[in-house]
Amino acid sequence: MHLPEAEQLIATLAEAMRPKVTADTCLVGIHTGGVWLAERLHALLGLSQPLGSIDVSFYRDDYAAKGLHPQPQGSKIPFDVEDAHIVIVDDVLYTGRTTRAALNELFDYGRPARVDLAVLIDRGGRELPIGPSFCALTLPAPLPAGQNLQLERDATGALTMRLIHA
Amino acid sequence: MRNPQLNKHGELQHLLTLDGLPRAIINQILDTAAPFTEVAEREVKKLPLLRGKSVFNLFFENSTRTRTTFEIAAKRLSADVINLNVATSSTKKGETLLDTVDNLCAMHADMFVVRHESSGAPHLIAQHLENTGRDHIHVVNAGDGRHAHPTQGLLDMYTIRHYKKEFHNLTVAIVGDVLHSRVARSQIAALTTLGVPEVRVIGPRTLLPTDVEKMGVRYCATMEEGLKGVDVVMMLRLQNERMNGALLPSPQEFFKVWGLTADKLALAKPDAIVMHPGPMNRGVEIDSAVADGGQAVILPQVTFGIAVRMAVMSMLGGSH
Repeated sequence: MHLPEAEQLIATLAEAMRPKVTADTCLVGIHTGGVWLAERLHALLGLSQPLGSIDVSFYRDDYAAKGLHPQPQGSKIPFDVEDAHIVIVDDVLYTGRTTRAALNELFDYGRPARVDLAVLIDRGGRELPIGPSFCALTLPAPLPAGQNLQLERDATGALTMRLIHA
Repeated sequence: MRNPQLNKHGELQHLLTLDGLPRAIINQILDTAAPFTEVAEREVKKLPLLRGKSVFNLFFENSTRTRTTFEIAAKRLSADVINLNVATSSTKKGETLLDTVDNLCAMHADMFVVRHESSGAPHLIAQHLENTGRDHIHVVNAGDGRHAHPTQGLLDMYTIRHYKKEFHNLTVAIVGDVLHSRVARSQIAALTTLGVPEVRVIGPRTLLPTDVEKMGVRYCATMEEGLKGVDVVMMLRLQNERMNGALLPSPQEFFKVWGLTADKLALAKPDAIVMHPGPMNRGVEIDSAVADGGQAVILPQVTFGIAVRMAVMSMLGGSH
């Protein structure tokens, strides 16, 4: 499968978001790829609120089956969630379970006015009624379960999207 | 023989002692505790990890701080917490320890937090659960006799790492009544496992175990010798309730020789931190000026203790 350049997708995503955000819109990246992506979008869109990040380890619905992630990074929400416009940012949208966990976590900080979801790629395969507000690329057919899309960052900070066959 | 604290996948199954616990597991607990510290700053101070689980605080010996911080930790993880004051319950009527445990298992306990005046009691409970095929139930030792107090040892390591970042370049002094102290045993096990090159113990010979050097520590006969150039001073509580016989002349005499005063602390590095597991005997092992001074990190220890206990319980609750 041919994947477009991640840098190209980021530019497309930023342009899709631009008319819908204000300087006070708050971005929250989901660890780890979503945080890198949110950093880029934050700069491209010229947002003024500090960037947030969420590690959903403590909110995952497979904790009972899989246990705790060995190296949780923790979450940092450096702005007031109450009445804020928040965009959750992730590199790839798949089952929707990570987004569900991030929403639950976010609401433990307060009641936002509105929450949107921005992703680079929607790979299909949803298991929950969750959809992206902004998406740079929707795959024409769902990616098989054995394959994974992953955002990677090299030493220079350049982002690439990689397809991994499990 | 398999480490009784680990399951067949090498995950933490029970927390009984830090002696023999792999360095990787200790580091995993400390790493996991870090993100739990920020939960206290949220609007909703709760995480859903132990939702629907029942944690039984089984305290056969009095404790306020440890029981309370375990209770807060379990509640922040959304568990139901049941506090049993066993000193006033059925054991007084003659029920055995394991019968008490079986009865609580019949009430669908998922985790026991156990404090007992006898060394080995939490281990006995863990073994009983395993022998009876109930390995989904976890045991945390909250202090047993003179043996171990692993969560105290871990929160002390968390505190040291928080202020000093690394362990491999530190000199640490443990001062006072090591003989009766399960805290000291857990501290020594953790410090040596984490690679602290020099651990000193300071105190009157009557309050140190014979052959204390075999624990991998250096014995120092005076405060002057022991505190010189250290990065961390870990004070111990003088355990009057565990003493029988005349091991000490008097608390006043003890303070004069072994009490931590500003003068003695000046021998340590200027940025040395002072720790104490509590409850403090002011004017016996520590002077108020030091306990309330800028180098004391005694209250942060208590706060970190909640995060460390959350880490332990969430790792246990997720192991299978």
